[in-house]
Amino acid sequence: MDFNDTAEEAKFRAEARAFLAANCAPKGSDKERLSRRLSTDEYVKAAKAYQKKKAEAGFAGITWAKEQGGRGLPPIYAVIFNQEEAKFDAPSQPFAIGLGMCVPTVIAFSDDATKDRYVAKALRGEEIWCQLFSEPGAGSDVAASKTKAVRDGDDWVINGQKVWTTGAHFCDFGIVLVRTNPDVEKHKGLTMFIVDMKAPGVEVRPIHQASGGREFNEVYFTDVRVPDKNRLGEPGMGWNVALVTLMNERLAVGGSTGPDYAEIFELARNMPGPTGQGTLAQDEAFRQKLADWIVKAEGYKLSKFRTMTALSRGQTPGPESSIGKVINANHLMDICNTAIESMDHYGIINDGELAPMEAAFHQGYMWAPGLRIAGGTDEILKNIIAERVLGLPQDVRVDKGVAFKDLPSGR
Amino acid sequence: MNFDFSDDQKSLKDEARKFLTDKAGAKVTRTVLNDAAISYDKALWKSVAEMGWLGAAIPEEHGGLGLGRLELCVLAEELGRAVAPIPFSSTVYFFAEALMLAGSDAQKAAHLPKVASGETIGCFALSEGPGAPTAASIQAKFDGSTLNGVKIPVTDGDVAGWAVVVAKEGSGVSLVLVDLNQAGVTRETLKTLDPTRGHAKLEFKNAKAERLGAAGQGWELSEAVLDRAAVLLAFEQVGGSQACLEMATDYAKNRYAFSRQIGSFQAIKHKLADMYVAIEVARSNAYYGAWALSTEAAELPFAAAAARAAGSDAYYLCAKENIQTHGGMGFTWEVDCHLFYRRAKLLALQAGGPAAWKEKLVKRLEQRNAA
Ligand SMILES: Cc1cc2nc3c(=O)[nH]c(=O)nc-3n(C[C@H](O)[C@H](O)[C@H](O)COP(=O)(O)OP(=O)(O)OC[C@H]3O[C@@H](n4cnc5c(N)ncnc54)[C@H](O)[C@@H]3O)c2cc1C
Repeated sequence: MDFNDTAEEAKFRAEARAFLAANCAPKGSDKERLSRRLSTDEYVKAAKAYQKKKAEAGFAGITWAKEQGGRGLPPIYAVIFNQEEAKFDAPSQPFAIGLGMCVPTVIAFSDDATKDRYVAKALRGEEIWCQLFSEPGAGSDVAASKTKAVRDGDDWVINGQKVWTTGAHFCDFGIVLVRTNPDVEKHKGLTMFIVDMKAPGVEVRPIHQASGGREFNEVYFTDVRVPDKNRLGEPGMGWNVALVTLMNERLAVGGSTGPDYAEIFELARNMPGPTGQGTLAQDEAFRQKLADWIVKAEGYKLSKFRTMTALSRGQTPGPESSIGKVINANHLMDICNTAIESMDHYGIINDGELAPMEAAFHQGYMWAPGLRIAGGTDEILKNIIAERVLGLPQDVRVDKGVAFKDLPSGR
Repeated sequence: MNFDFSDDQKSLKDEARKFLTDKAGAKVTRTVLNDAAISYDKALWKSVAEMGWLGAAIPEEHGGLGLGRLELCVLAEELGRAVAPIPFSSTVYFFAEALMLAGSDAQKAAHLPKVASGETIGCFALSEGPGAPTAASIQAKFDGSTLNGVKIPVTDGDVAGWAVVVAKEGSGVSLVLVDLNQAGVTRETLKTLDPTRGHAKLEFKNAKAERLGAAGQGWELSEAVLDRAAVLLAFEQVGGSQACLEMATDYAKNRYAFSRQIGSFQAIKHKLADMYVAIEVARSNAYYGAWALSTEAAELPFAAAAARAAGSDAYYLCAKENIQTHGGMGFTWEVDCHLFYRRAKLLALQAGGPAAWKEKLVKRLEQRNAA
């Protein structure tokens, strides 16, 4: 066991830090506060410029093969970069889904010409990607997708609706899972395509989120033509393609976002305790909770180190990484809830000017419910752990051996 | 970075598991449980000594194998998994660690070889009543050569030959080394929640004793011993938790209700998934503690407290949900679930309870931030 960087890792970390210091504002700085007020357009523009610099400096696609414009380094280097990047206000969000999930799927399932067309541009931040899987009737049960594609000469014609598509309103391309054969079992009649989000017939309608933002969208497809060369994998094999994306998704979304124990501890030191005696940080009940958060946050961080160690030894990430989201989403919710409640009446105020620190907890409180759902709900992730890690039997399936068109569906 | 055990350490683990599956396990633990007159399994103790486990982390010059703390962690996990009924933790994690930490050359030379060979069973006597002990609450008194006072409960105090005792000396606290087989010591065996490990009340009346470490340093030393033991106990806790999860998973696959495997019910699946998550959190924290222990890192007090808190919580969760998953069977004497349920609580309290360790964890975070 050795937590220290090797000589090469230390060198890489120093390079990363120098790059970040030159290109981003540190967290908590005045400049960061300003950047939080950017409009979506301004933020996306800043993200593209930042991604370009990252690519030029060799910090994009750190683990990707050199042929794909990456650096071909072991995953530990990506972890190091992420650790350093987390200390800065880096506008990297718009690329998370595309570079984390969509483009790796494109690389895995397409020919050289297709890769040449898309991969480098995505890496340099010139084009942004989204993931069009969920539908109004198919979220947890992604394989129940109804949006359909019908072959027409060299093209496929797509009709239907996707929903909850993060970033669709500023994306250039997406990977879309559609039904190409309703007469077979649901998992067997799906196909995956690359779709041009600016193509005629694609209509993106932003959704106003519970958290107040408008990051995800409904996407309508009306006679959208997609050339056959944009197909990823064989017709009817879309589920296998989607699984690769979802596997990457689980690795990508596990990370915690928002305030952690360090922040609530900081808050608690300057906050009166519930009895009016001493500070909240001195309150016994609070301290017991804080200890639980430390244990969970450290445990999760360290579990990730174990995964990385396994990866660096050539093992593939298993479904074990599903624990990340189960821990983090609830953890974030619990921390933010406690922080807000600790302020008593004042906790109601969500105004960065009047209560600068509290605003982060409000943001976390409002975001956490989404985190428990996005990328697989708590329930689905626990099923994955139970079935794929512990080997328990699958839930009773009523869809086995039934053609998709004959399956019952509710609202 | 390399955050895992080495291949050698993993094969030690495999060997240990094989051995314990053969020679230990529930059957042996039950022999001790069912017979009030015995509190540990002598044959197992002897074999463990012969294999060198007792001296795994003791330097070769003192008769040990001179491996490291990481190897000891590996063994601890397997002993926890096997709910081994031997005074291993008292002797190795507490007594030997205290000697290695604070002992003079003469004290080490006198005791460590006997620990390594299995001749000496040692124990650590801290508690004197309900509640978390503090430097101020210690009543036992050492005057430079004799010890007076009462310690209750002392894990393995009924069978140990020697004890490290936390006692007041003048206005401070010191650690003292006491031969328990002398006229000034009386022992009373205690009934406890986990009869597979012996416990006693020890009473000292002008017992001959010698100081271990510097006068007045006893509280700091005691904390340091507890930190070391905490990491090792955390591995026993992880081992026990893992055994519970495996038992429960196995049962859930084979037991049918409503014409289905109960493991196909989501309420059961999610229960087991929660156990898995808790174990992973505990395991990762334990690994970090192992690293800190084996490298003498400044992070040890923080890492030990986190490992301890995570291990105690995970084992409790896994032990109780293992019974629940087994239904009525799980509540019978014959099924092994309760061995783990008992041991979970013993391990959670043996080095101080979860609430006290959580408080320590936060205090250590404060200290770290202040530094
Ligand atoms: C912030 C955010 C961003 C998102 N971004 C994207 C995106 O970019 N692209 C995309 O394709 N999708 C995206 N999604 C969609 C997300 O993947 C789905 O919302 C999610 O998978 C849940 O599906 P659903 O909303 O249809 O809920 P449902 O599947 O209807 O679930 C409703 C409830 O039923 C439970 N449930 C369902 N099935 C089971 C079961 N078998 N056992 C037990 N309980 C069950 C669920 O856990 C949940 O509690 C995003 C969602 C959010 C919140």
